Amino acid sequence: MSELVNTSTPQNWYLLLSTLLFSIGVMGVLIRRNAIIILMCIELMLNSVNLLLVSFSAYAGNTDGQVFVFFIMVVAAAEVAVGLALLVSIYRNLGSTDIDVLSKLKG
Amino acid sequence: MEQFIQPINLIAPSLWVPLLPLLGFFLLTFFGKQLKSAGPWIASLLVLGSFLLSVYLFVNLGNKQSLDYDVFTWMHWGEVSLNFGFLIDPLSLIMLLVITGIGFLIHLYSIGYMHHDEGFVRFFSYLNLFIFFMLLLVMGNSYLIMFIGWEGVGLCSYLLIGFWYTNDAYNDAAKKAFIMNRIGDLGFLLGMFFMLFYLGGLDFATVLSNAAEFEKGAPLLVVITLLLFVGAMGKSAQLPLYTWLPDAMAGPTPVSALIHAATMVTAGIYMIVRSNILFSLAPFTLEVVMWVGVATSLFAAIIGIKQNDIKKVLAYSTVSQLGLMFAALGLGAYTSGMFHVVTHAFFKALLFLGAGSVIHAMGGEQDMRRMGGLWKYIKVTAITFLIATLAISGIFPFAGFFSKDEILAAAFHHKIVWVLLSVSSMITAFYMFRLFFLTFFTSFRGTEEEKHHLHESPWTMTLPLAILSLFAIGAGFLGMPAVMHMPHWFNGFLAPVVETSKSILGEAHHVDHNTEIMLMLLATALAVTSIVIAYVFYVSRKTVPEPDTETKGLAKWVAKKFYIDELYNAVFVKPMMVLSDVFHVVIDKLVIDLFVNASAWMVGFTGRTLRLVQTGNTGFYLFIMVFAMMVLLLIQLVQ
Repeated sequence: MSELVNTSTPQNWYLLLSTLLFSIGVMGVLIRRNAIIILMCIELMLNSVNLLLVSFSAYAGNTDGQVFVFFIMVVAAAEVAVGLALLVSIYRNLGSTDIDVLSKLKG
Repeated sequence: MEQFIQPINLIAPSLWVPLLPLLGFFLLTFFGKQLKSAGPWIASLLVLGSFLLSVYLFVNLGNKQSLDYDVFTWMHWGEVSLNFGFLIDPLSLIMLLVITGIGFLIHLYSIGYMHHDEGFVRFFSYLNLFIFFMLLLVMGNSYLIMFIGWEGVGLCSYLLIGFWYTNDAYNDAAKKAFIMNRIGDLGFLLGMFFMLFYLGGLDFATVLSNAAEFEKGAPLLVVITLLLFVGAMGKSAQLPLYTWLPDAMAGPTPVSALIHAATMVTAGIYMIVRSNILFSLAPFTLEVVMWVGVATSLFAAIIGIKQNDIKKVLAYSTVSQLGLMFAALGLGAYTSGMFHVVTHAFFKALLFLGAGSVIHAMGGEQDMRRMGGLWKYIKVTAITFLIATLAISGIFPFAGFFSKDEILAAAFHHKIVWVLLSVSSMITAFYMFRLFFLTFFTSFRGTEEEKHHLHESPWTMTLPLAILSLFAIGAGFLGMPAVMHMPHWFNGFLAPVVETSKSILGEAHHVDHNTEIMLMLLATALAVTSIVIAYVFYVSRKTVPEPDTETKGLAKWVAKKFYIDELYNAVFVKPMMVLSDVFHVVIDKLVIDLFVNASAWMVGFTGRTLRLVQTGNTGFYLFIMVFAMMVLLLIQLVQ
């Protein structure tokens, strides 16, 4: 299976890309106020890690990581479903998905 | 005790002796309402059953054999095992007969006396419980069982003194009795620990046979006996622990008769006679017992002169008579002491029941200054009361004469003791006849209303009076003085119990017959003189004790009981109160409360502070999360 991945590309590039994607995700989570965007950013972080996993798996010649990624994607899909459902419910109640509106629970 | 044969067939009847009153207690406690007025009768009949069983045991055992058996092993460790067992020997038999016999009569009397009381059934359940514990006390074959009974009767005494619990003063009297007894009980308990450690157990057979191996005057035995005597001081109201007994008169009169005169207070004497070998081996303790007895006898008799409450006079006379018994024990005259216990039980129970009958007739009045001339209104009570008064004064041929004479004869070789005891007997005769004349002679001093109310008591009350008066006359003949050339049945019967002591103490000081006759005549002369003086004062001159406010000087000291209660209050109670106040303010409020409040405040403070972290701002949470992850990452990198 290892020949399916082009290992001629240096692994550093994968690492850089993955780090870049993760950082974009983190910045998005920290900066944006729209809950949907934040959710998408979280997905971005998740998938950057997936990419890293796949690349390491390919370079190490071990398929375990690539199999594992499928599981992660399944779980992520389920998680997104729950997250979006929550957001829909929040939007119906508050008429907005801005996280600053969700400040009722405080000490 | 090895020479005794165990008559196995008597074990079952002997078990039922204490079980019957216990059964009565449970019946009355749980089914009192359903039984209605039958309850008290059932209680009385159960005690009668115990009495009949005791008579059966008495007839079948005699003093040649005894029962000593274990019902079950209670505790067992190492080489020591504590058994729950009974011992029925001549000493126990005498006590059994007195307790159940007088107990039954007083139950019967109470049916009449307590009839109108709303706690009628409760009263009988307590009485039955008392009889049970008292029987346990005298039947136990070890100090432990005796101690159970000892504590049990203390409890019943407490319950019955505070029987009318809505009255605060009565509750205080009950607490006083309980606490005073606790002081004595501590002595008893320590004595038991010593026995357990050094004498190899607690049952009489082991303790007494091990003790016999010590030489006379061994310090260990002196310590043990002194501790036991402290217990006896508390229970039998001796100096300095006697103040509870006069206050115990707050209880209903039958209780005063049964518990605080005839039975419970003699437990201390029973205990010493039971451990007579120990005491004989500790001459120092005997000396202490004797002097405490003499002092108490004289002291209480003097206080008795100035009391005006009919029951208080009797209470002090009880303390005084108990002192006389202890003096006898201290002189080594164990059987004489026991003999006085028995005769005293009869005439003192009779006196109290008679006083109860007077109070009943007077509608609750107890002050003698408001009585007088009752002779013609309540004849039966008056005549039986006269018999008892003659008996306690020591007039021939009433019971008190014989037992008192025996004690005085035993004291004769010890001149000071003899003089003091004679003086005390003389005072006794005086204040008892003062009581008698003030109550029954001259004319009535109460209100018209009370005069109309005067009536003789019902038969349930007068019958016990009549029966007891027969014993107050006759019981003395159980122990005829040697000079009459009749067998001294009582001493002969108890001989097996005290024979070891006899050999330890050596031959008792026997007075020759002429001296004995002289002593008797002298004692009688003194008593008669006292009676004449009392007659002159309270009948011829019709003196009535002045109101409390007009008492002055020495008389006031006596009337106020030498301010002993006030002294105890100042020396023990007050400092204790102050100390508890100090503890309340300093230790409790300042220290303990500080810790408790501080920990509560800490929790509150932490909560109040930390809740501010929850701002409700989701962005902030996210920031903290990322920041924390970076910190963790950094830590990871640094390592």
